Amino acid sequence: MKKILTSTIAIAMIFAAFTSCNNSGKTNGQSGALSSNVAEKVYVAPGEYDEFYAFISGGYSGNLTVYGLPSGRMFKEIPVFSQFPTSGYGYSEETKPMLNTSHGFIPWGDSHHPDISQTAGEIDGRFIFINENNTPRIAKIDLKTFETTEIIEVPNSAGNHSSSFVTENTEYVVAGTRFSVPIPQRDMPIKEYKGNFQGALSFISVAPETGNMDIKFQVLMPGFNYDLSHPGRGKSHGWFFFTTYNTEEASTLLEVNASQNDKDFIAAVNWKKIEEYVNNGGGTMMPADYAHNVYDEHTHTATSTMKKEVRVVNPSEVPGAVYFLPTPKSPHGCDVDPSGEYIVGNGKLSANLTVHSFTKMLAAIEGEKFDGEAYGIPILKFEDVLAGSVEQPGLGPLHTEFDGKGNAYTTFFISSEVVKWKLGTWEVIDRKPTYYSVGHLTIPGGNSGKPQGKYMFAMNKITKDRYLPTGPEMEHSAQLYDISGDKMELLLDFPTHGEPHYAAAMRADLIKERSQKIYDLEDNKHPYAAKSDDDTKVVRKGNEVHIYMTTIRSHFSPDNIEGIKLGDKVYFHVTNLEQDFDVPHGFAVLGQNTSELLIMPGQTKTSVWEPTKVGVWPFYCTDFCSALHQEMQGYIRVSAANANTPLIWSMGEDIESKQFLKLRGILF
Amino acid sequence: MFISLTKARVDFSLSPLSFNAKNIKYHRLRIMKKQNIIMIVAALLPLGLFLFPLWRITLEAPQYPTPLAMNIHVNDFSDVHPHDIKNINLMNHYVGMQYIPEAIPEFKIFPTGILITSFIGLLIGWKGNYKWFLGWFILMLVLSAAGMYDFYLWEHDYGHNLDPKAIMKFTNKDGTVMGFQPPLFGTKDILNFKAHSYPQFGALFLGLGIASGFLAYFVGKKNKSTA
Repeated sequence: MKKILTSTIAIAMIFAAFTSCNNSGKTNGQSGALSSNVAEKVYVAPGEYDEFYAFISGGYSGNLTVYGLPSGRMFKEIPVFSQFPTSGYGYSEETKPMLNTSHGFIPWGDSHHPDISQTAGEIDGRFIFINENNTPRIAKIDLKTFETTEIIEVPNSAGNHSSSFVTENTEYVVAGTRFSVPIPQRDMPIKEYKGNFQGALSFISVAPETGNMDIKFQVLMPGFNYDLSHPGRGKSHGWFFFTTYNTEEASTLLEVNASQNDKDFIAAVNWKKIEEYVNNGGGTMMPADYAHNVYDEHTHTATSTMKKEVRVVNPSEVPGAVYFLPTPKSPHGCDVDPSGEYIVGNGKLSANLTVHSFTKMLAAIEGEKFDGEAYGIPILKFEDVLAGSVEQPGLGPLHTEFDGKGNAYTTFFISSEVVKWKLGTWEVIDRKPTYYSVGHLTIPGGNSGKPQGKYMFAMNKITKDRYLPTGPEMEHSAQLYDISGDKMELLLDFPTHGEPHYAAAMRADLIKERSQKIYDLEDNKHPYAAKSDDDTKVVRKGNEVHIYMTTIRSHFSPDNIEGIKLGDKVYFHVTNLEQDFDVPHGFAVLGQNTSELLIMPGQTKTSVWEPTKVGVWPFYCTDFCSALHQEMQGYIRVSAANANTPLIWSMGEDIESKQFLKLRGILF
Repeated sequence: MFISLTKARVDFSLSPLSFNAKNIKYHRLRIMKKQNIIMIVAALLPLGLFLFPLWRITLEAPQYPTPLAMNIHVNDFSDVHPHDIKNINLMNHYVGMQYIPEAIPEFKIFPTGILITSFIGLLIGWKGNYKWFLGWFILMLVLSAAGMYDFYLWEHDYGHNLDPKAIMKFTNKDGTVMGFQPPLFGTKDILNFKAHSYPQFGALFLGLGIASGFLAYFVGKKNKSTA
């Protein structure tokens, strides 16, 4: 039965391929083998570059993966919220502070929605932001180095899901809460949720030059679930839109209890108005506890600062700042079209797709045509703000993206398809199946005033039989479609890492040109850096031993160390003296309780080793760095706690003769 | 200034019309012969060596999509891309080649030689006897050849004077130790590298200067015979 079904689908797909190819043949005047035509569209010849970067969230991997489009090749996994033994991120002394929170060190995160910085409504490729859902945090990745350089914890938030979307000049990166919680947190009965829990929408300012993040204010909203959000743009710049569900304010069995209201809301927040209110001293400073972690690329070290207060704003005290737009059935994605006029509420339990009009919303506010209020926030009338709806486009709409040519593309989880429809006429133009149960979709330049079109890819939740089987657990699957024609054309399947929730993609040129090749050794301001073999030394401070070590093809300096005792805490501060592109060195020592270090040219990283056994233990370079990589090794001697082995070190000479000279006072 | 005053004195004997001190320089220029102007240009051209590199050695290999390259100036070695010399040294230490030195005696000798020859060129350019120009031309040829020979000696030493403890030792088919001398001029395969050695703008200035010196002589000779 399954076989018949599969072959039917296959035949249908071949038919679809024929149809679309014929179409493109007509428009482009191309001919040739039909199947190779599709292959050519995704083929990037060896040594050539993809046209687009795609930054795909890793979901429960806590990281962000970098792909090329149209090839679907993965280039890098950028560690963000999770320890990453591959590079030592979150294990090295320098990067441990990145994962510090008010709950202590957290080795894992759930990364969701990457969004690239913008200037004047266009993607500028400087930074990419991504939210951590579980222990609410926002991270910033510098696209010059593709490294996480800043993480800020978001207090008063829980389930940081309607995040991390940027306004059109990257004035703010916005983080809304999915779970409402007691604010401030306190010991109280769960059943008193209704009316007592609140949802915080955080506006995190981004400094124009440095990109430094700071929570400017939090809007304390009624206790709904704030699911997703997007900024207004163009005419609606200055507003931010959040979908809500559980306006029933249920605290148990939400699958039933939060699905009772015929309509939930899209919250429209006039952040410019609140910003003005705050700049004039509005809002109150509330005691809070949250970590702000910043990585300095000159010291190659992160510092974690605990912040003690945050400014909160009660929206009912700022007239005209927040309105509710009734939207059918627990809307999920909240997407704004490139012009800023249309706000799509993807009502996931609704048969129709609801689109609101920003112009009509302003008129309704002007006319004060309210349908009551919720916790002091005016509710606009559904009919007054409705621009139109796409009638019965599919089942379970989740997210919508735009091509900048007046078309919208919506994913349908239940019917497992992407549907293309037209803004304004609301007619369905095309639909294509996805494999299987699509969540997010991305068009390069998606969340901006100028989408870059050409491709769309769908990120699916279910993989099943798409690839060679790999046991019960599989990577998720994405599909790439050509959207340059009237009809979408399926081009490629490619596996994704972790669970992608959204991706940000853009043309490669801007990022490619700025990508850094090495760290300048001259700029290395790490306090324990050794910038040449002459700077290497071993220093004891009580039971702490600091080894200032260097690596260069193909040796460590020092590579013989003696005088370590049980109970010592040994810091290997390893500086890579290389100044050539793509010549990292690695470091690992037998019995190391953390991860290896992978040190880029010009960088210093530190691994702590607390030896538990007497002996002579080898260390070596873990990255095949050169023809003499296998020779890149050394020994460290560990003596008993009460031994009197002198602390000596050497490279390229007999350590004992060096000891002899030293004892004779010749060397020092 | 010194030059113009000196020339002014010469001027008196050549041009009895120019007694007016203010007009001395003007007249000198006005009546200056074509070959003298060419000779002055010839003498000035080699100074371009202080602005542009003389030579470039480029090393290409599959794992260096951006090749390693070093510019040789009359008074310096410089990276073509940041850290190139450091990376050339790192590569070459495998086969026991010496580090490219920060400074060599030639960095003092060459600039001095150029300044002196340019000065002489200017002097004879002002003085005006075209026969001197041939002398200058020959002097420059000899000095340049000596420079190239010196460069060859350095290259030979660099490519053959290898550390006996070299990590990798290669022998030629006849059993002799393989050298890694870059070509004096042209392109040569050295193990996995393709080495290019070609003149740069500075050398062009020098060459044009020398050629112009000969041209000045030639023009002078022609003028003499036609006069």
